[in-house]
Amino acid sequence: MDHVDWQRLKTGEVNLGTSIMAVQFNDGVVIGADSRTTTGSYIANRVTDKLTHIHDRVYCCRSGSAADTQAVADVVHYTLQMYSQTAGQPPSVHTAASVFQKLCYENKDALSAGIIVAGWDKEVGPSVYNIPLGGGLFRQPWAIGGSGSTYVYGYCDATYKEGWGRDETVNFVKNTLALAMSRDGSSGGVIRMCVITEDGVERLFVPGNELPKFWEGHEVLRAPVGMKKVAGETGIVPMAVEA
Amino acid sequence: MDHFPTNWGRPRNDAYDAYGTYPIAQRPLNSPNDAFTVGIQHTQQPIVTGTSVLAIKYKDGIMMAADNLASYGSLARFKDVQRLHPVGNHTVIGAGGDMSDFQHIQTVLDELMIEEFSAQDGHNLGPAEIHEYLAQVMYARRSKMNPLWNALLVGGLKDGKRFLAFVDLLGTTYSASTLATGYGSHIAQPLLRTAVEGKEDTLTEEDALKIIEQSMKVLYYRDARSINKYQVATITASGTSISESRHLETAWSFAEGIRGYGAQTQ
Amino acid sequence: MTSIGTGYDLSASTYSPDGRIFQVEYANKAVENSGTAIGLRAKDGIVLAVEKLVHSKLLVPGANRRIQTVDRHIGLATAGLLADGRHLSNRARDEASSYRENYHSPPPLKTIADRLGLYVQAYTLYSSVRPFGISTILGAVDKDGPSLYVVEPSGVFFGYNGAAVGKGRQLAKTELEKLKLSELSTREAAIEAARIIYLVHEDVKEKEFELEMSWIGEETNGVHLPVPKELMEEAEAKAKAALENFD
Repeated sequence: MDHVDWQRLKTGEVNLGTSIMAVQFNDGVVIGADSRTTTGSYIANRVTDKLTHIHDRVYCCRSGSAADTQAVADVVHYTLQMYSQTAGQPPSVHTAASVFQKLCYENKDALSAGIIVAGWDKEVGPSVYNIPLGGGLFRQPWAIGGSGSTYVYGYCDATYKEGWGRDETVNFVKNTLALAMSRDGSSGGVIRMCVITEDGVERLFVPGNELPKFWEGHEVLRAPVGMKKVAGETGIVPMAVEA
Repeated sequence: MDHFPTNWGRPRNDAYDAYGTYPIAQRPLNSPNDAFTVGIQHTQQPIVTGTSVLAIKYKDGIMMAADNLASYGSLARFKDVQRLHPVGNHTVIGAGGDMSDFQHIQTVLDELMIEEFSAQDGHNLGPAEIHEYLAQVMYARRSKMNPLWNALLVGGLKDGKRFLAFVDLLGTTYSASTLATGYGSHIAQPLLRTAVEGKEDTLTEEDALKIIEQSMKVLYYRDARSINKYQVATITASGTSISESRHLETAWSFAEGIRGYGAQTQ
Repeated sequence: MTSIGTGYDLSASTYSPDGRIFQVEYANKAVENSGTAIGLRAKDGIVLAVEKLVHSKLLVPGANRRIQTVDRHIGLATAGLLADGRHLSNRARDEASSYRENYHSPPPLKTIADRLGLYVQAYTLYSSVRPFGISTILGAVDKDGPSLYVVEPSGVFFGYNGAAVGKGRQLAKTELEKLKLSELSTREAAIEAARIIYLVHEDVKEKEFELEMSWIGEETNGVHLPVPKELMEEAEAKAKAALENFD
């Protein structure tokens, strides 16, 4: 146990043990996230917004250490503001993702950050990039991330189809996140989503008590019949002991 | 509660989740290896776990509640588990911690109750006797360095006397008019004390249910190993009863307008 | 008693030339000297009843019980040596408990009867032990409904609809045969059981006795319990009335 456990959070650190997702469709991307922030198993914030504005048409979903990912997002936000002023045009999603990737790769020893970058640009239209723990960059038609995502890879593989419109995509994101949140203790709360198209960014919100419902098991697992029977009062009294 | 004595008195490592899925439940390491490391590693660890149990005294007896979740690390693995168990006609026990150990405790108690019933000597074990028995079992097991990894509440009413007490994997016991295990002892216990202390003899079942419901809701909001489905047990003069599963009503609409983590407005 | 003096009756491990084990037969004599015990398998439950002969007025009422509880749903009544009955009921409890430990479910009566049969039979094999001086009636309501067994000193056991052991067994059996047991409720069976015990006691009128009775049925939620006071009183009153008509 003397090796460096770099995945482990630093003492007192806040964790975005999360379910996040981004999916490309014809006219844009849909990104989504749960709203739970934990320290250990304590829910430090149940209404977190994990959908972070990076530029007009570029957002990111953050997972891992809250402190690390906020710091990285702040740096990228600053960098892209400078970029757009000097270039005279908004950055492409690929540009934004590349800045994220560089920071994550070059500081991999210090960071615990899994980030999905998604948005719309005039070069390629909608696009989704995944930057997992080591700092690699992967373009994908859909990406999921955070601790909750491990529970829903099968669902996504079985469900995703190319060529969806906006509403189908929103439903896919909503259902996937609800499933992940229902199984992962580190995810939960509400679902926040953004639809990013050429025209703008639309915010969507699903309250925690109106999440899509799936199979939730039986009401209660009962003890086998016969084991529950309880002995009645016997009515028999012990022999009287004389004083 | 941190059950590793070598961690006591040291800074707490809140970020480390003892129930995390990966790597599965290792002992929190706040310092280099200590003399106890080797010994402790031979001791088991909880795998499938339940979270808090709450219980209060009220006018007619005892009310106890626990949710229906059994977690596997951070995975919400079984969502239909009953964590309240009747023992005879006067007692209910509720368990947090390892569910396999809790099932073992149920089996042991069932055997004990049959043995006592078969004697037909006019004696019935009540909550006080069951609690004492459990405390001896739990302490004996921890002394063999093989504890039953649970925190248990024992509640009951017999011969007009209410009883409510706690026992855990170390054999620690205490009693009070409100009790809670796990996260409940941090989050719900203060709420329960405010609502119950001094009113044990006047609170109606309806009042008690409201207090329990409110506490379960706060726990659901703040405990990442809980679900919004739970059961309530009552032990009164007319015996024990454990409710069907109930679902919590929760509030989220206020969060709709929240944006980002600082200056963000979009 | 052709066995006496032949030397073949001194040990349970020795056969007589015609293939008998006299120690087992003597054990049956011990049963025949005892107060009667009966068991009834009714429509929805079981009734056990014992004619407990009280050998001293100094005894506390209710002392020296001959009906024991083996498991929540299993009762046992013995005729013969009282202490043997207690030993065997303890063994039955251990068997029931071990079944539960292994299978996490209530033991079926057949299994318990089988294991007790094996246990009793083992005491017919060795010169160092004597066979059990008891016949045991086992009653239960298990997953297959009510069932009733009798284990003899030899270790054999059979299932019955109505069983009688002890001194008055012959008369008790003829009375049991007259009943339509499969149509009786457990409550009705309790009344009949009391009547039969009072009837067979007529032969030993001069001796004091106590009626001991237990039941398992819908009214007890499948649990083996003593028959409650009110039913006991009703049954005894009816039994006494029936006796007067009988004369």
